[in-house]
Amino acid sequence: MKISATVTLKKEVLDPQGKVVSQTLKNMGYKNIISVRQGKYFKIELNETDKEKAKKIVEEISKKLLTNIVTEDYTIDLD
Amino acid sequence: MKSSIIVFPGSNCDRDVAVALEKFKISHQMVWHNETSLPKTDLVILPGGFSYGDYLRTGCIASKSPIIEDVIKHAKKGGLILGICNGFQILIETDLLPGVLLRNKKLRFLSKNVFLKVINVENHFCINFNKKSIIKLPIAHNEGNYFADNKILQNLEDNNLIAFKYCDEKGNINKDSNPNGSSNNIAGILNSDKNILGMMPHPERLIDPILSGEDGSMMFKSLLKSQ
Repeated sequence: MKISATVTLKKEVLDPQGKVVSQTLKNMGYKNIISVRQGKYFKIELNETDKEKAKKIVEEISKKLLTNIVTEDYTIDLD
Repeated sequence: MKSSIIVFPGSNCDRDVAVALEKFKISHQMVWHNETSLPKTDLVILPGGFSYGDYLRTGCIASKSPIIEDVIKHAKKGGLILGICNGFQILIETDLLPGVLLRNKKLRFLSKNVFLKVINVENHFCINFNKKSIIKLPIAHNEGNYFADNKILQNLEDNNLIAFKYCDEKGNINKDSNPNGSSNNIAGILNSDKNILGMMPHPERLIDPILSGEDGSMMFKSLLKSQ
């Protein structure tokens, strides 16, 4: 089973890289850009057939390792 | 006093720390991150560097390495731990110290000497400093911007758990003397039992006049005195 986890800085935390990308896009002429948040994307392959179990494992590793829960949020998607 | 320097792949201040410890006659052993137990030790030093290439988050992978379990046990028994720079980042990721270290406010790697005010001298690491004295130490980091919620910051202030704050030459603690954007100008903090110190500046780099200063010596002399 393949599951992906996306980790981004929380809304209230300044994301300097995202801000710079957003500003650069505006400078390039993309006037309709409102904002950009940069994050990390993890593609995880598990030896597990039960969707719920797999999701639970990814949830756990997201909390334990992939994110710093003080500053980051994560979302999980089943592929 | 016996000390252990934990060496991770990517540590690059481990030998500087060893030189400093040797100068002050503190015996030391280098301990590889893959070991599962510490030798008999009073002090554990987590040195600066870029452990595991700063993958995922600074200090994150190191905080899960095999030796850390025993380092946590050492901490819970009241053993001394000093985390310098990347070592501070590792202590935070290990949850031995609160808060987070974000990227420097201006997004630049900072490598320069800074002035610090010594806030707490009632701990093993700082007893040789004079309270409120102004010292000069180098910083060299990209993620040193200490951030924590108001509750944590209030607790650090109220319980005198801040060891050092960034200041200017005259001791003024303000925005202009804050190199990286740290909350309350924090450069180093202690845990509630004061047996763990995490700090971004490098005391081991200024231990001899030949290195343009020796303010860092005071920390090693403090450790000797406290045993």
